[in-house]
Amino acid sequence: MSSKIQRMAGTAIVVRGDDIDTDRIIPARFLKAVTFDELGGKVFYDERFDANGQTKNHPLNAPHAKQAKIGLVNKNFGCGSSREHAPQAIKRFGIQALVGESFAEIFASNCLAIGVPAVTASHDDVKKAMDFVEKNSGQPLELDVERGTLSVGGQFVSIALPAAAKKALVDGRWDFLQELLDAGERIEQTASKLPYLSFNAWSQKS
Amino acid sequence: MNENLFDKVWNAHAVRQLPNGQTQLFVGLHLIHEVTSPQAFAMLEESNLTVRHPELTVATCDHIVPTDSQRRPFSDALAETMMARLEQNVKKHGIRFFGPESGRQGIVHVIGPELGFTQPGMVICCGDSHTSTHGAFGGIAFGIGTTQVRDVLATQTIAVTKPKVRQIQVDGKLAQGVYAKDVILAIIRKLGVNGGIGYAYEYAGSTVSAMSMEARMSICNMSIEAGARCGYVNPDETTVNYLRGRLFAPPSDAFQEAVVFWKTMASPADADFDDRVSLDASSLEPMVTWGIHPGQSIGISENVPKVFELAESEQSTARQALAHMNLKEGQPIAGTSIDVAFIGSCTNSRISDLREAASVVKGRTVKEGVTALVVPGSQAVAAQAVAQGLDAVFREAGFQWRNAGCSMCLAMNPDQLVGNQVCASSSNRNFIGRQGSPTGRTLLMSPAMVAAAAIEGRVTDVRDYVSEAAVA
Repeated sequence: MSSKIQRMAGTAIVVRGDDIDTDRIIPARFLKAVTFDELGGKVFYDERFDANGQTKNHPLNAPHAKQAKIGLVNKNFGCGSSREHAPQAIKRFGIQALVGESFAEIFASNCLAIGVPAVTASHDDVKKAMDFVEKNSGQPLELDVERGTLSVGGQFVSIALPAAAKKALVDGRWDFLQELLDAGERIEQTASKLPYLSFNAWSQKS
Repeated sequence: MNENLFDKVWNAHAVRQLPNGQTQLFVGLHLIHEVTSPQAFAMLEESNLTVRHPELTVATCDHIVPTDSQRRPFSDALAETMMARLEQNVKKHGIRFFGPESGRQGIVHVIGPELGFTQPGMVICCGDSHTSTHGAFGGIAFGIGTTQVRDVLATQTIAVTKPKVRQIQVDGKLAQGVYAKDVILAIIRKLGVNGGIGYAYEYAGSTVSAMSMEARMSICNMSIEAGARCGYVNPDETTVNYLRGRLFAPPSDAFQEAVVFWKTMASPADADFDDRVSLDASSLEPMVTWGIHPGQSIGISENVPKVFELAESEQSTARQALAHMNLKEGQPIAGTSIDVAFIGSCTNSRISDLREAASVVKGRTVKEGVTALVVPGSQAVAAQAVAQGLDAVFREAGFQWRNAGCSMCLAMNPDQLVGNQVCASSSNRNFIGRQGSPTGRTLLMSPAMVAAAAIEGRVTDVRDYVSEAAVA
């Protein structure tokens, strides 16, 4: 059983822009590793550092960014590659939840698989939250996944996430492995009815 | 309710409903490669689990493989480590592996179909977003993350929510010099890079029916660029003829049984869909991207859009795109100078792609100053090309002829842009930094268009070349 993810409070960072792809979140050269361990420091690397490794002006380089728990983003965040390295890098940087206008599908499913809520809010509410955080960088936001609210400077805005993702997070069932294993023989019963597992030679168990 | 192909394949693979409402779906074919699998195998071992169905798992190496020499150890120690780890994992778990020595290695989305593993009616997963390619055969094929790779290794199933299905009806005869790549770029331009979120795309209509399997693969490949996790084409005689006789296709005594099953899975003429869209393909011209995502494309005779003419929601990305690409709004895209020409990737590295490009290149020379490379999608494609003399056509023109792999599509091997080079590329993503340099610039187009750009050193209309060839 994985941990229940219901509420969290913490400071936030703002990464503005639509269609921010996973190559920008974690450039492909950092995928050359057999573990995810080193990814936290590489998130948004080419936007945070120049060719000489000097820091550029980027929200993740701000002094308070390392303490932030919530990331605010815009539309179609995480589009492109299926690399789980992208949400892994974000999580290992310290971000525990994302609030955005929309998320690309594989990215959202990878976030769920590692227990990072990727919740959506309207364009206006995301803008309101972003403007607030940029003006009051030390002020914490409160995300309530269960009730579906984000508290921004004392005001509540509505957040949403797909019902299945919400239930999995709130119930602490976002690591699906045990549940999938629990299906036991039903897995093989389903397989036994698939004609292609019989008429192909390669699909026979040796 | 008249079930479409997606419904039928989904229902056949549904094991049960999970407590959170998602479906536990059986995966008939799991493709793995060196980049997204090592952590999954490590997690599997931490949980003391084994691979449940090694016979339904197929491995190759493609992302990090160098294309100049595949000799071991690879010069990049990190790449060598990843390769060695994959070899250990497949050996330990008894998984079929097509490595460089097999003669069958290649991009996972090229070898699955060409070896005959990819068939209609299947659910196919792979830790790679371009798994949508396999939908060209009429199945459900989608990319997954590494934790889900672990889930499939351990259980041969996955927790997933059923998407809606949008039918995209494409009709009309493509003009000469216009290819499947142009059709999918036009679809993404029309529906947007996030238009497909929550949908599977069914590609139908006379244009798609007339296409070869390789062209259908190019279309389905870029479904993910439209936001759709998977796309498919209904199986037909073209599908059956492609599969007949392939190494891992059903053996001849079972082939007819397979064909009967495959055809039952196709969407009937009166199938229901959640949404329908249509596109007239007869008026399409060769497409080129001008921006930093695949939806930012225009026809070769068009000008780069003016920001104020775009929908308000697209303007900020457009401004960022113009700044990164160093293009001016309103300027023609034709004539844009290029430094590199790349023909390859899981979108366009198959034999028909190379044939189309070679027909443009034949008897001509790559423009001085342009680095041009052809990276066949697999060792089998390379062998076919050599047998047809295509490698010689490319070499004589000044192209580098490389070994199979993903190469400069995502630049995880030594094939990378340098500085702010501009690359005419037959790949699928023009994201900032995608081809290995944070300031590098990518123009997506068909392989034939890349070939023409390599010859002229600038973006040009390939129709001037193919109509010439037709007259001659």
